[in-house]
Amino acid sequence: MLKIDNLHVRLEEEEKAILRGVDLYVPAGSVHAIMGPNGSGKSTLAYVLSGRDGYEVTHGGVALEGQDLLELEPEERAAAGLFLAFQYPVEIPGVGNMTFLRTALNAQRKACGGEEVSAADFLKLIRDRAKSLQIDPEMLKRPVNVGFSGGEKKRNEILQMAVLEPKMCVLDETDSGLDVDAMRLVADGVNALRDEGRAFLVITHYQRLLNHIEPDVVHIMADGRIVKTGGPDLALEVETNGYADILQEVA
Amino acid sequence: MGLPVRRQEDVEARIAHLEMPAGQAGWALTARTEAVSRYLAMGLPGRRDEYWRFTRPDDLNAPQAPPAAVVDFKEAPVFGEIDRLRIVFRDGVFDAEASDDLSCEGLEIERLQSATAHDIHWLRDVYGVLEGRGQEPVARPFAALNTAFANDGIVIRATDRVSRPVNLTYLHENPDSDAILHFAIKVESGADLTVLENGPAAARFNKCMEVDVADGGAFHHVRAQGRDHERRAVTHMFARLGEESAFKSFTLTANGVLTRNEAFIELVGDNAVSHIAGAAVGDGDFHHDDTVFVVHDAVGCESRQVFKKVLRNGAVGAFQGKILVKEGAQKTDGYQISQSLLLDEDAQFLAKPELEIYADDVACSHGSTSGAIDEDALFYLQSRGLPRPEAQDLLVLAFLAEAIEEIESEDIAEDIYGRLKGWLQRHRR
Ligand SMILES: Nc1ncnc2c1ncn2[C@@H]1O[C@H](COP(=O)(O)OP(=O)(O)OP(=O)(O)O)[C@@H](O)[C@H]1O
Ligand SMILES: [Mg+2]
Repeated sequence: MLKIDNLHVRLEEEEKAILRGVDLYVPAGSVHAIMGPNGSGKSTLAYVLSGRDGYEVTHGGVALEGQDLLELEPEERAAAGLFLAFQYPVEIPGVGNMTFLRTALNAQRKACGGEEVSAADFLKLIRDRAKSLQIDPEMLKRPVNVGFSGGEKKRNEILQMAVLEPKMCVLDETDSGLDVDAMRLVADGVNALRDEGRAFLVITHYQRLLNHIEPDVVHIMADGRIVKTGGPDLALEVETNGYADILQEVA
Repeated sequence: MGLPVRRQEDVEARIAHLEMPAGQAGWALTARTEAVSRYLAMGLPGRRDEYWRFTRPDDLNAPQAPPAAVVDFKEAPVFGEIDRLRIVFRDGVFDAEASDDLSCEGLEIERLQSATAHDIHWLRDVYGVLEGRGQEPVARPFAALNTAFANDGIVIRATDRVSRPVNLTYLHENPDSDAILHFAIKVESGADLTVLENGPAAARFNKCMEVDVADGGAFHHVRAQGRDHERRAVTHMFARLGEESAFKSFTLTANGVLTRNEAFIELVGDNAVSHIAGAAVGDGDFHHDDTVFVVHDAVGCESRQVFKKVLRNGAVGAFQGKILVKEGAQKTDGYQISQSLLLDEDAQFLAKPELEIYADDVACSHGSTSGAIDEDALFYLQSRGLPRPEAQDLLVLAFLAEAIEEIESEDIAEDIYGRLKGWLQRHRR
């Protein structure tokens, strides 16, 4: 599904290298987790995948189902099936959540040569998805993320994912800020979407989330590189011992 | 307080070719003659006049109107879907053929010339009177000129709650037309009237609207200025608000070489409400100026001014807004916001918000901001699949929403949204 090849990235504004040779392969049907100390480059990787301005790829490449991702505009990446659940979802005053989601869904359908969704079908879809995430329908009427609590914002990200049904889902610390029950809801939402044609890259600091969303592979990122890759046990090791041992081992 | 006197010959040349309509009743003649005196005493604005600091008045001062190309519009006119009473002016001349029948329950509508030819009591207290009151403390010479020489227009008296809006529709067919229209409106106690305005009026358009809202009356006004990008327009709205009355005005302005919209609102009855809002979009060498003056002269009144401008590619937006709270106008609630969204570095927003308060128990706030589009929001929308231009339009509409929400009628607000969306789509890059 997603193939990242020796990716080097630096900030456009300053001479600062952040990703320094990331290699990653996430096959369809799998869930990969990335853990790593603060500032190691996890969010940067997520942003670069989704096409945010301000980064310069100095080396390497990214392919989504064989398609060169880095050549595409952010909206083209979305239409190609990429979705990023933001670590810090953006508030957009004045744009209603419903309008936003419907516009997004229609834009993606249009980009793929499909039909626009009817108002009635859309309403049904979103009500259904919101219900399973226990999102208050009143929240859907409010402007995107404005005045949402931290946890509500994260749930709203998963709602968008559930409506847009992307192929490659990148979740950047979706668990942070969630209470225990909300985390289970979010995990259920993710698990409901798991299937053969879809892949997940889950960035997290905590093993807890991975209890609910069982990863196939766990990667440790440090200093802009994947320094260690293993099975679900690796997350447990981090949970108990921290990163010190792992970093020492690969140094 | 007059403006610094410009060369007297310019002031006289400006009105040399203008004539008052014939057959005016004595009171109307007096009103017009007094307006001429006011005009001559004030003179024309110059570049150094404080009140014209942001806007060059040259095209308005010139004796002849600078020509403006006549545009053949493909799209349906705004408000087309709304059940309304249409009153049409072609290059500033009333067109009876194209207009609806002027009789409507709850309304007395008459053409200005005939109304000012006889003695209409309410009109004597409005025509040139509200304009005259609005000449203090700042001179508005183009309004005085209008009162003096307006050759056409409509007077309306609303005596009941009228759900069907009166739609003043302007048509521009002569590239040199220099139109002066005057509207005098009386909303009687407990009556409710909505006036819509749309269409390009003339190469140069001087419009004056006086609105007298009696106790408990309500006046709604929604106007769309756009499409005729070569227009020069100077418009004035003078309103006097009685006890528990309401005045709500919204203007959409798109492009236009020069558009100066002035409003002078006096809240003279207790617990009156005045909301004035404007949404302006400019892409190119265009200039909009909203100049608003609100006078609180009664207890417990509320006033709101919400002005939003989206500018790019050389467009300039100006806002001058003043809230004057007179002695004794306690419990005044005044709110003013003027904001611009600058889509590139070539656009400019000039603002002068002012508060002058002589009462001690008031709550007044004002603010003015100027900013660029939120890149994080833009990226967020794009990452969900919205193409950048579409995402930008969404953010622009969201920015303008606070002004558009001032329109009470949902149908009319929808129309304005539709108009804006069309404009944004045509101006995508
Ligand atoms: N726009 C930027 N300007 C300056 N420094 C930046 C910028 N973006 C990222 N960085 C730096 O790059 C490094 C990696 O940041 P990134 O947000 O990717 O870390 P992370 O692994 O997601 O951390 P966390 O676990 O705290 O979320 C950090 O040192 C950060 O300060
Ligand atoms: Mg991060």
